[in-house]
Amino acid sequence: MTDSPLKTDWNLGTDGDDLYALLMAAHEGLSDEESARLNVRLVLLLMNHIGDRALLEEAITAARREAKI
Amino acid sequence: MPRYRSPVFPFVRPPELDGRPGRRWPVAIVGAGPVGLAAAIDLALHGIASVVIDESNVVSTGSRAICWSKRTLEIFDRLGVGDRMVAKGVTWKVGRLFHRDREVYAFDLLPEPGHKRPAFINLQQYYVEEYLIDRARDFPDLIELSFMSRVTSVGQNGDHAWVDIETPEGGYRLAADYVLACDGVRSTVRRSLGLDFIGRVFEERFLITDVEMAAEFPSERWFWFEPPFHDGQSALLHKQPDNIYRIDLQLGPGADPEEERRPERVIPRIRAMVGERPFEVDWISVYSFQCRRLERFVHGRVIFAGDSAHIVSPFGARGGNGGIQDVDNLCWKLAAVLKGEGSPFLLETYNLERVHGADENILNSARATSFMTPKSRMERLFRDEVLALAGTHAFARQLVNSGRLSRPCSLAGFPLGTTDERSGINAAMVPGAPCLDAPVRSASGKDGWLLDHLGSTFVAMTFDDRLSVPFGVRRLTIGASGDLEDPQGMVATRYGGAPGVVYLIRPDQHVAARFRDPTPEDVTRALDRAKGNSTHDR
Repeated sequence: MTDSPLKTDWNLGTDGDDLYALLMAAHEGLSDEESARLNVRLVLLLMNHIGDRALLEEAITAARREAKI
Repeated sequence: MPRYRSPVFPFVRPPELDGRPGRRWPVAIVGAGPVGLAAAIDLALHGIASVVIDESNVVSTGSRAICWSKRTLEIFDRLGVGDRMVAKGVTWKVGRLFHRDREVYAFDLLPEPGHKRPAFINLQQYYVEEYLIDRARDFPDLIELSFMSRVTSVGQNGDHAWVDIETPEGGYRLAADYVLACDGVRSTVRRSLGLDFIGRVFEERFLITDVEMAAEFPSERWFWFEPPFHDGQSALLHKQPDNIYRIDLQLGPGADPEEERRPERVIPRIRAMVGERPFEVDWISVYSFQCRRLERFVHGRVIFAGDSAHIVSPFGARGGNGGIQDVDNLCWKLAAVLKGEGSPFLLETYNLERVHGADENILNSARATSFMTPKSRMERLFRDEVLALAGTHAFARQLVNSGRLSRPCSLAGFPLGTTDERSGINAAMVPGAPCLDAPVRSASGKDGWLLDHLGSTFVAMTFDDRLSVPFGVRRLTIGASGDLEDPQGMVATRYGGAPGVVYLIRPDQHVAARFRDPTPEDVTRALDRAKGNSTHDR
C-alpha cells in the first residue's frame, strides 16, 4: 500500500538464488580492493540503466538507513 | 617576466583635494577589473554617470581569468567590445578528456550553427581590462576613471553612500547614490561592511601557470586525470593568444604553496608535460579553492558584483563569466531606479536572481572540484571506476567531471517574469530564459544577428504588425515585411515564432513574458511587472 517506485517486495521470480550465487561468484578470487571496485562498477551500470531519479533517491535512502553511524 | 606590457594610466588629481566641493556621483564603482569596468560601460549606455576607483595604475598582472563564455561575449557585444575581444582571443568549443595516456571523451560545447558567438574564447584578463578601459573612454562625460586611488572604507545613510579614498596626493571622501563593490575576492568594501562569505573551502592545492612556448596544441580544452607526466593528479591545458598556454596542475592537499611557487619546482613539472620544446614561465600562482558567497549581494546602497560577492573554483570558467552576468543583470535595474523608471524592488531582484546564479555556479564548480579531489577512499573508487568504465561505456563519459562549463542560468520562476500558461508556444524560450541568438537580415538587406538588434532596452518581439506596443518598449517585428527577416527560419524555430506570438524581452536579453494574441494591456501589465512595479498576482 505505497506509491513508492522502489520495489521492495520479491521481484526476482525463480532466479533469486541463481542471481545471488552469480553475484558471489563474480567476487571470487578478488582482493577486497578489487571487490570494492567491482561493486562500484555494478552500482554505476545499474544506476544508469534505471535512470529514474525518484527511484534511485529512494534506493539510496533505503540503503543509507542501514548504515551504522 | 610577462611579455605583456600594460599601458600606465595617469593619476588625475580630484578637485576634492583642492578644497573644492566634492561631486555626488550617481554610482561609485570600486575596482577597475572586468566587472567594474563592464558596469561603468553598461551604466553609461543607460545614460548613468559613474566613477571607477582603483588602487593600481595598470591592468591586472598575470593572466587570471581566461575563458570567456558565449553569453559573456554577447554581453560584450551589447557593451560594444565583443569584436575586439573575439578578434584577439583564441576561439574554441571542443574539450578533450584524457585518463592516463588515452582519450576517454570529447565534448562539443556548441554543436549547432546559427550563433554569432562561439562557445568560448580564451583571452588573458589583462587584454579584457585594457579593451574595456579603451571602451570606457568613449564616454568621457559619463565615466571617470580614478587610478592610484585606494578605497579605505565605505559607509551609508538613508540619503547616500560614501567612499573614503587615499591617493598619492592625499585623501578625500566621495559621495554617491550607490556604491558597486567590484573589488574582487579580497574586497575592501566587504571588509568595511563587516560581511563574510558562507560556503566551502577545498584543501587541495593547485599550481596555475602561464607558459610562453611555440607549440602546435589545437584550440581545445585538454584535461587529464592521472596523466603520465604528473603522477596521480590532474592537469589542464588551455591555449591563449600570443603563444601563451595556461597549465593547471593539481598538487594535493599537503603541498606547501611557498615552496611550489619557486621556479625550481615549477619548471620540472612543466618540462614533464611539454617535453623538450623551449618555454618561458610567464606567471605562477598556487591556489586552494573556495566555493563561497555573501549571503546577500545588496546591502542598502552598497551592491556587490563579481568575486567580491562570490568565488568559485576555476574548473568551469564560472568566476569571470559569473561576474559579467552580474553586471548584465544589475545595470539596467540600477539605471531604472536612478531615473525613477523602476521600483527599488528591482535591486532586490538583482539579489534574488544573481544569488541564484552564484549558487548554480558554486554547485557546479564544487562538484567538479570534488570529482578531481576525492576526499575518501570510496569517493576515489567511484571516481576511478567512472574513468575505467568511460573507456568502453558511453554513459560513464558524461559522468566524468572536469568542470561543467559556464552557461547562462535561467531566471524562470523569479518575480519579474510573467508566467506563461496560456500561450501554448512550443519553444525553449520560456520567461526567464536568456535569449538565443539567430541569424537575421535587416530591411536594407544586411545580414546580422538577432541579439545585436535586441540591444539594451525593453523590446517587444513580434511576428506580425498587429500589436501596438506600450510606451517605453521598442518593437522589433520579425518576418518578410517586418524590421528583420528570418532568412534561415531560425528565429521562428528557436522562439516558436508565428503570427500572434509576442515576446517581451528585458534589457539584459532575458525573456520577461511571452504571449499569443495579447491585448496591449497584457503587455503593459507584463512590462510593469518586469520593471518591478507590481508584484501582485501574475
